Amino acid sequence: MTSVRESTDPAGSAAEPVIEAVGLGRDFVLSEGPFLRRRRRTVSAVSDVTLTVRPGEIVGYLGPNGAGKSSTMKMLTGILTPTRGHLRVTGLEPSRQRTRLAGRIGVVFGQRTTLWWDLPLRDSLALTRHMYRVPAADHARRLAGLTELLELGPFLSTPVRQLSLGQRMRGDLTAALLHGPRLLVLDEPTIGLDVVSKSTIREFLLRLNAEEGTTILLTTHDLGDVERLCERVVVIDRGSLAYDGGLDGLRASVPAPRVLVVDLAAPAPPIGVEGGRCVRVDGPRQWLELSENPAAVITRVAQRHEVADLTLREPDIEGVVAALYRGAAVGGGA
Amino acid sequence: MRVHCAVYARGLRRYSTYRAATAAGVLTNSVFGAINAAVMLALFAARPQINGYDAGDAVTQVFLGQALIAAVAIMGPPLELGERVRSGDVGTDLLRPVSLLGWWLSEDLGRATFSLVFRGVPTFAVGLLLFDLSLPGEPARWAAVLLSAALAVLVSFALRYLYELAGFWIMDSRGVWAVAGLLGPVAAGLLLPLPLFPPAAAEVLRLLPWASMVQIPAEILLGKDTLPGGSPLGGLALQAGWAAALLALGAWTTARATRRVVVQGG
Repeated sequence: MTSVRESTDPAGSAAEPVIEAVGLGRDFVLSEGPFLRRRRRTVSAVSDVTLTVRPGEIVGYLGPNGAGKSSTMKMLTGILTPTRGHLRVTGLEPSRQRTRLAGRIGVVFGQRTTLWWDLPLRDSLALTRHMYRVPAADHARRLAGLTELLELGPFLSTPVRQLSLGQRMRGDLTAALLHGPRLLVLDEPTIGLDVVSKSTIREFLLRLNAEEGTTILLTTHDLGDVERLCERVVVIDRGSLAYDGGLDGLRASVPAPRVLVVDLAAPAPPIGVEGGRCVRVDGPRQWLELSENPAAVITRVAQRHEVADLTLREPDIEGVVAALYRGAAVGGGA
Repeated sequence: MRVHCAVYARGLRRYSTYRAATAAGVLTNSVFGAINAAVMLALFAARPQINGYDAGDAVTQVFLGQALIAAVAIMGPPLELGERVRSGDVGTDLLRPVSLLGWWLSEDLGRATFSLVFRGVPTFAVGLLLFDLSLPGEPARWAAVLLSAALAVLVSFALRYLYELAGFWIMDSRGVWAVAGLLGPVAAGLLLPLPLFPPAAAEVLRLLPWASMVQIPAEILLGKDTLPGGSPLGGLALQAGWAAALLALGAWTTARATRRVVVQGG
């Protein structure tokens, strides 16, 4: 098991955790096979998740498809009852106190909308106000603030069905925040958005976290989100946590190889040197995956070939996560 | 309560935008009512009295049924809740600090109010113009009819809500509707007034919840003594009893459904 767990618990932090999960798990019973010979099989979507999130943190919750991300999110928000384990969100037990919890958290599912498709955005937001019993003055103040930050002005009167995806997402974020939640849960908030919309939303989330102290938990497949937003990253794979710690720690935890890009003077067959494995050739340019000290490999390459240029590439977070998934899949295999 | 008023108003407003559909609905209900009434007249021409009904009673019930058909949504449309269960969107409904039943009831009452006023009243007026309907004179009976229509809507909502909740277990409520859409109009007395059935069958059907949607309101309008207790009050009590029992069952089932909920899709 390549599981690496780093304690991010700041010693002496007295604040009550926003999320506290211990040994959290959820099984599903599947019925399979033809009608008369149907068999029941129990599948564990989430097997063992232990996680503490403190006020003011921004936590990225990563994992490949089917790893248990959405199931965890559904348990945190109270729409899925855990099979086992202990779970408290803002001090409440989500599945039993779902309605009370709803007033304390804001949730956005990137692939679904909480707005009403046939109502103008403004009316959808007004309906939300009644639902969360927000005093009119608070609603007006927050709406004004969010309208400015998220630039809702031009489409407040447009029916939701006519909004672009980026506009709809900003509308959904507004709907999730108008009651002033302590915790914002985002499931793939930037999915399908263009670069500008993504960046608007990321900057907004950072500001929300800094100014209001809102705790944010987000799942994403967009590693740009992670690098820009998350100080802390939790990786789930096959229902269990594979990593919990800082972004830098994540890089260090997985030995994703550094890559040496070599520009030769002329095209040549793949370079074969000790400590560097050629993984790609494109004309005179070759990519070597390093398993040794770069200096030693560079010396060896320079001894045998005429080198025009050299670049050393650090692994990016995308490569690290990919390596982590592969490692977890091998190590955690049943 | 504020939120329920807001949702009710939204349901009302939503349906009011479909003007052409409303006009087409009135036309369909009127034409179907006229055909059905002509059949009744032919039938009663052969036998002037069938189990206490005469031609005027039957034609009146036909048009009351056509007037209520949209409000009680007996042939559909289903609540959108079913589609939301199938697609998994119900997950976002459950994230709201509002009860599922209260939300959908408010919305459906908005829809039903609109249907009753803008489809029911014009359809009944067409019947009044074309045929000789048996109508009560006393205002108190009309008040009872109005109350009975409201209770019919409540019973109808509770039934449709339960059909859709079945989706939490069987993933898709369309099969339930295939059966309910076929048997509902028969059991309600919409296709034929229940007195035209063999008396034993009519007695049983009259006590089932579907009868509370058309047959009981019709008997209150016609002042029949076949109502439970022999008076409109007995009919209203039966409807209120079904509404209360079915809504309570709906609330209980909601709690069970959300506890074992499988929200579909990632």
